[in-house]
Amino acid sequence: MSDSSDDEYFCTDWLPYSERKDWEDIKPLEQDDGPNPVVSIAYSQKFRDVFDYTRAIIAKGEKSRRALDLTTDALRLNPANYTVWQYRRDILREIEADLNVELDYLGEVIGQNAKNYQVWHHRRVIVEMLNDPSNELELTKNALDNDGDAKNYHAWQHRQWAIKTFNLYDDELRYVDRLICEDQRNNSAWNQRFFVLKHLGFTPEVIQRELVYTMNRIRIIKNNESAWNFLVGVLRQSGGDDQYQLNSHPEVVEFSEELYNAGNRSPYLLAFLIDVYQEQALHQKANNEQLARKVFTLCDDMATKHDVIRRKYWQYVASHLKSQLDKEKQQQQQYQETEKGH
Amino acid sequence: MDFTTFVKPSNGDSMATAEATDGNDAKKLQFWKHVEYIENHGKQEDDYEYCMTEFLRMSGIYWGVTALDIMGQLDRLERKYVLEFVKRCQCPVTGGFAPCEGHDAHLLYTLSAIQILCTYDALDEIDTDAVVRFVVGLQQPDGSFFGDKWGEVDTRFSFCAVATLTLLKRLEASIDVEKAVKFVMSCCNQTDGGFGSKPGAESHAGLIYCCVGFLSLTQRLHLLDVDKLGWWLCERQLPAGGLNGRPEKLPDVCYSWWVLSSLTIMGRLHWISSEKLQEFILSCQDLETGGFSDRTGNMPDIFHTLFGIGGLSLLGHGGLKPINPTLCMPQYIIDRLDIHPQKLERP
Repeated sequence: MSDSSDDEYFCTDWLPYSERKDWEDIKPLEQDDGPNPVVSIAYSQKFRDVFDYTRAIIAKGEKSRRALDLTTDALRLNPANYTVWQYRRDILREIEADLNVELDYLGEVIGQNAKNYQVWHHRRVIVEMLNDPSNELELTKNALDNDGDAKNYHAWQHRQWAIKTFNLYDDELRYVDRLICEDQRNNSAWNQRFFVLKHLGFTPEVIQRELVYTMNRIRIIKNNESAWNFLVGVLRQSGGDDQYQLNSHPEVVEFSEELYNAGNRSPYLLAFLIDVYQEQALHQKANNEQLARKVFTLCDDMATKHDVIRRKYWQYVASHLKSQLDKEKQQQQQYQETEKGH
Repeated sequence: MDFTTFVKPSNGDSMATAEATDGNDAKKLQFWKHVEYIENHGKQEDDYEYCMTEFLRMSGIYWGVTALDIMGQLDRLERKYVLEFVKRCQCPVTGGFAPCEGHDAHLLYTLSAIQILCTYDALDEIDTDAVVRFVVGLQQPDGSFFGDKWGEVDTRFSFCAVATLTLLKRLEASIDVEKAVKFVMSCCNQTDGGFGSKPGAESHAGLIYCCVGFLSLTQRLHLLDVDKLGWWLCERQLPAGGLNGRPEKLPDVCYSWWVLSSLTIMGRLHWISSEKLQEFILSCQDLETGGFSDRTGNMPDIFHTLFGIGGLSLLGHGGLKPINPTLCMPQYIIDRLDIHPQKLERP
């Protein structure tokens, strides 16, 4: 949190509220530091001046044009002060201010404070009051593109809210595709892709198209956690036996085996293959021991070579499968014995 | 008001015995430096940061109080002054707590206030019925919670609501727990098993902690895909040992806490490398001033100081009291309250 931009704003012609004629009627209200104040914080006269008057205005309940301007100054000094934002909304309603002017002002504030909960929430309330989302996609696009943070959680939340509330899904896949092209490891963009598809519906055609899309991305960057997670997420939409979804599209399994055979050892690829073979081992009664051995070997490779830091997880996966298969075997034996008994 | 308001005068120079400095400082817990850091929090005349964070003062006090208690140094603060401050912040109209006087009540600060009151065994000094009414009033028809009357919805608030009610022992017969659970589960992502702030929002370690903690408090951990989520959380550990909050982000001490506590609740703490994580957390200590920063070399703050100390406690570091992973409070307090957040067994 830096003071520099405020200094620019509150430059030479800054007149403290305590010296302003039109504020003479207000008695500034200092922060009550309780019965045992030890040290007064004397870092900024300006800050104290503005907030003493802001407290006075809030205590008095004055909702006027000058009070609105005062909150503008206060929020420029501390945009995270949610009480001031709330009071500002009260004023806006009371004096029936032009909310489009408020939107412009907020665009500016968000440009400087893109990671601030309060500003985004205020924006949302104003958009709701106006019932006009026409600037929201552009605003969030700017926050994600220009400010160099394509993963800004606040901007994505706001974008999802606007899309969901005002049904703005139409061009979203194109935008998301552009972001993924720019940075294939942008997890936020992959998440947004899933968000849109979930709304449009995972028809067999959509699933097919998305699997191809993702495999093409993985061909370019193999060790990409986001893309592999997305792939699994799409496969899980394929319906049918939910214990066999990872194997529902043989071309994906083939694709992964090809990567493996070509020598790729990305932990995400191996993790996917482990899940695939595990599913097969539990699903097929015939040669499940051979499949289980594949899982054990891959888990061992992960634990000792490719993902040593998480070795205990891989040891768990292997032992868990073993105990599941043992249990199945026992049940089968019991069943055969009771059959014999009859 | 600053933190030194609460410090007992007699503590003045008891830190003179601070550790001698040597080249290995960064590998050892600078215990007394951290105590001193918390005691001095906000003392510097020019503490811009402290003034800017007025709007979250209540949480700041909870972070400091809890960190000191984990270090066995709670008696350095004057109980009476802390409680006076907390009590002044309860809103007579809504029953919720404001971060400090002159601000509006909010769920975030209400939980912090209740946590502080529990730590001091002082729940009987406030109107708890009013707090319950405040929390209950914020639940929405879909089961979610507003943070305050302004209507922001977030899984953080679901956690704050059930944590507050659990500490007050009023979770049953207050809110609609079934609907609350349903909303939280609607924020679970099918791609990675994690949780975001709202349905469809990206998985994020801080919010996963809120949702896993929520399920722990409502005794619903069986709803989790533990293996899948557990793996995603393990993936947050980077080669240098620190944990990040989302793929391709930098490691951070607070995310280390959120991932670590979630894994602990799920009985999967052993899936990551504790030694490496401990190294990372210790590397984020400020050897000069005390306190922890978000990552190595940055400025310390009180928030990361609690999560640094808390993380080390979960990892079993010596000299620290055990911490409860769900409520981020010393375990002895949770025992005293006879509260039992659910925790899964190690498989």
